[in-house]
Formats: sequence, C-alpha cells, structure tokens
Amino acid sequence: MTLSTMILKMCEGLGSTCAIFFLTLLFSLPLGMLFALLRMSKNKVVSSVMRFIISVLRGTPLMLQLLAVTYGPHYLINDLGVARNKLIPVVIAFAINYAAYFAEIYRGGIDSMPVGQYEAAGVLGYTKIQTFMRIILPQVVKRIMPSITNEVVTLVKDTSIAFCVSYEELFTIGKQIANSQTSFTPFLIAGIFYFVFNGLVDVVMGRIEKRMDYYQ
Amino acid sequence: MNVLEIKNVKKSFNDSQLHVLKDISLTVAQGEVVAIIGPSGSGKSTLLRCATLLTQMDSGDLLYSGDYAARNNDQGVSVYADKQQLKKIRSRFGLVFQNFNLFPHFSVLKNLTDAPIHVLGRSKEEAEKKAMSLLEKMGLADKADAYPCQLSGGQQQRVAIARALAMEPEILFFDEPTSALDPELTGEILKVIRQLAEEHMTMVIVTHEMSFARDVADRVIFMDGGVIVEQGDPKEVISNPKEERTRQFLSRFAQN
Repeated sequence: MTLSTMILKMCEGLGSTCAIFFLTLLFSLPLGMLFALLRMSKNKVVSSVMRFIISVLRGTPLMLQLLAVTYGPHYLINDLGVARNKLIPVVIAFAINYAAYFAEIYRGGIDSMPVGQYEAAGVLGYTKIQTFMRIILPQVVKRIMPSITNEVVTLVKDTSIAFCVSYEELFTIGKQIANSQTSFTPFLIAGIFYFVFNGLVDVVMGRIEKRMDYYQ
Repeated sequence: MNVLEIKNVKKSFNDSQLHVLKDISLTVAQGEVVAIIGPSGSGKSTLLRCATLLTQMDSGDLLYSGDYAARNNDQGVSVYADKQQLKKIRSRFGLVFQNFNLFPHFSVLKNLTDAPIHVLGRSKEEAEKKAMSLLEKMGLADKADAYPCQLSGGQQQRVAIARALAMEPEILFFDEPTSALDPELTGEILKVIRQLAEEHMTMVIVTHEMSFARDVADRVIFMDGGVIVEQGDPKEVISNPKEERTRQFLSRFAQN
C-alpha cells in the first residue's frame, strides 16, 4: 500500500473524528453549565449528588465510560443489541464526560466573580436571571477561555479513544491499516493529523480570546 | 413626604453574636442631604446596605415615600414585601459604591443605558439621550465609547454616579465614595456631589471627608457602636460636638 492510499483511506475517518469533536462540544458546553448550576445549587441534596456525579465522571477513565455507554445497555437489557450507529453512544459518553470538566471550569469562573458585580446589578434592579445572563456570564466566559481551550485541545486527541468501540474514526482506520500492513506509518500519519487539527484549534481559540480582549 | 424612613432597625451577624445595628431610626426628607460619619465598624455601611436591600434587617421597618419595603410582624421580625413591590422600590433609590463596581465588559455608555433599557423598559434612543446628557454633566462626554478599565478612578466613580442617576432615583446613597481614590482625585467626586446637592438631589452620604460633610450636608449623623450618638446641624456636630465620643472621633481628624 502506497503512502498516498494510506493517507486517502485515513482521510475517510477524519469526517467521523470531526463529528465526535463538534457534536461533543455542541452538547457538552451547555450541559456543563447545567452541571455547574446544579453543583452550585443551594439545595444540599442536589449539590451533593451533582458533586458525586462529577467526581465519578472525572475519576474514571473515559474509555471505561465509553465502553459502558456503548455495551452497557446490551448487558443490562437482554439481547437489546449494540447500537448500529456507534456515533450515538460515542457522543453521549464524550459529551457527559466533557460536561463534567466544563462544569468545574464554569464553577471556578463563576466563583471568581467579585460580589460587587452582583450587588451593583441587584441595586439597579436586574432580576437574578438578567444579572447572570447580562453581567456575570459574559465576564465568566472571558475568564475561563484559556481553560476551555485546554479542554478543547485534549478533546481533539481524546476522539481517538473511540477506537475501543470500533467506531470508524481516524485512529481506528489507522490502526486497521497498521495491522494489515504491519507498518507504523499510519500511526505517524494519525499523529500529524491530530497535530494539524490542534494547530487550527489554537488559531480559532486565539481569535476568540483576542476578540474578548477589549477590556481587562 | 419623607423619601426614606427607617424605623428601629436591628441587625446582627454571626448568629446574633455581633450586634452591628442597635435600634436605629433615620428619616430623610425630600431634597435633604444627610452625611453619616463615624469610625469603621460603627455600622454606617450596614445601615446603607439595609436601606438599599443588599442586607436583610433582623428587625425594623423600611419605607420609601410611604411604601413599605419591610415591616415588623407581631414578633418584631422584619418581613419583606413581595417581589413586585420590591422591584418598584428598587427603582426609587440608587447606590454609589466605594469601589465603583462598574460593569467592565460594557462601554461607559452601555453601563448607563443597559439597566434603563432592560429594567425600566426605556427605548434605546431615550436611554442613550439621557446617558449622554448625564455624561456631559460629569464632564465625560468624550468617554462614552471607552471601557471602564481605560478610565482613572475618579472618572470611573463619576461614571458610577451617572449610572445611578440614569435610573432617575428619588434618593441617592453614597458608600464612602472617595475612599478608594487618590487624594488628588477626591476633589472631582466631591465637586459632583456638591453640584447634585445644589440641584436638591436627596442624598445620604457615608463619608470620612469631614470638611465636605460640614459644607454640603444639611444634617450630620455621628454613629458609633451601632447607634446614632449625635446628629444635627453639620456646623454644630462637627465644629462643636456635644457628646464626648463625637469629640474623640473628630479630634483624630483635626490632627491631620
């Protein structure tokens, strides 16, 4: 197999990798906010339950969670079978796992806001929801952007974990070629793909951070 | 009609261990300028925070223009009015903080127009027109598009005063408005407050600027240990205090 056929074959997996990446971000960024708000709930039961869930999600391997979501239903309910489209369980597992990390980032950002901002908004008559949406959240987003970038970079590389449920993304295909051709080259190609992908992530996130640079 | 009436307010912190306000009453008439002085920890700021609904009173009544924000029940515990009523009452007062608390992600103009638009339901044109005239009055018309971090402390505090005025309050509270400023910037804030006093804006000012309190206020209140020790005509209270505690406090300023 020539180098160009290898690259071409692996490019087919790139679409699936992108699908995991973008769908995970699409669902985990808002889900993380929900987790964070529940985690910060004044209701002790709610916040304790959420804290436990987050610690399990962050304290166990993503690969294990991925296997559990993909094959768990089959073992729990007899002969249910495994989802034909693996993208669904993969995105569910990734989105929930990343939501846990985003939740802690959001919480840190919200906690770091000076109480004076809440008080100023309160005296001006903003409702609690208005205060959060108009005053707090926009400032939190700016503060947490570097940490979010960090997670996004990790996510690019983590998409390769989907190989463990044989979802046909970039790394899975690379591994298949590597096995059949007894060659290490596909792994090198995969490495370059991820590196270039993260180069793009850096550029995009850098632009977003720069756009929020108009105040300190 | 009294713009503000506070009756027998009591407030303690740390499970009733620390009594910060011990039965304080304060009435402010329309157009009156009241200065509150006293050592730190005397309860001045807590009184202001109770009046502006940032802190809940344990006991006591709070009225704005005769409308109850909170009143004592039979057990002598403050019960606050419902959300709707409190919203109405919040629109009657403004508060200027010691450290400005401007919204850093909004331009100066947006700091002044966002609440009028989204809280009072004013149109954008109306809010911006009002904001520009206030900025002009503060000598900051050229800073409308700037962000708070680009301004000096004195300019930020003037924006904060304008932001409060943009809500057209009946009464304006100041919580040590010059304490976070360099001495050379203090003057520009005092000038603005003086100008507001000449326009008969009703104001309650917690301050450490004694000569300013004497010149601008209609009445000075000296607080210490959670009670009002002495109050009255500024020249009397500051230049010729009756109470020993007031004399002791003021003598520390005279030395400077």
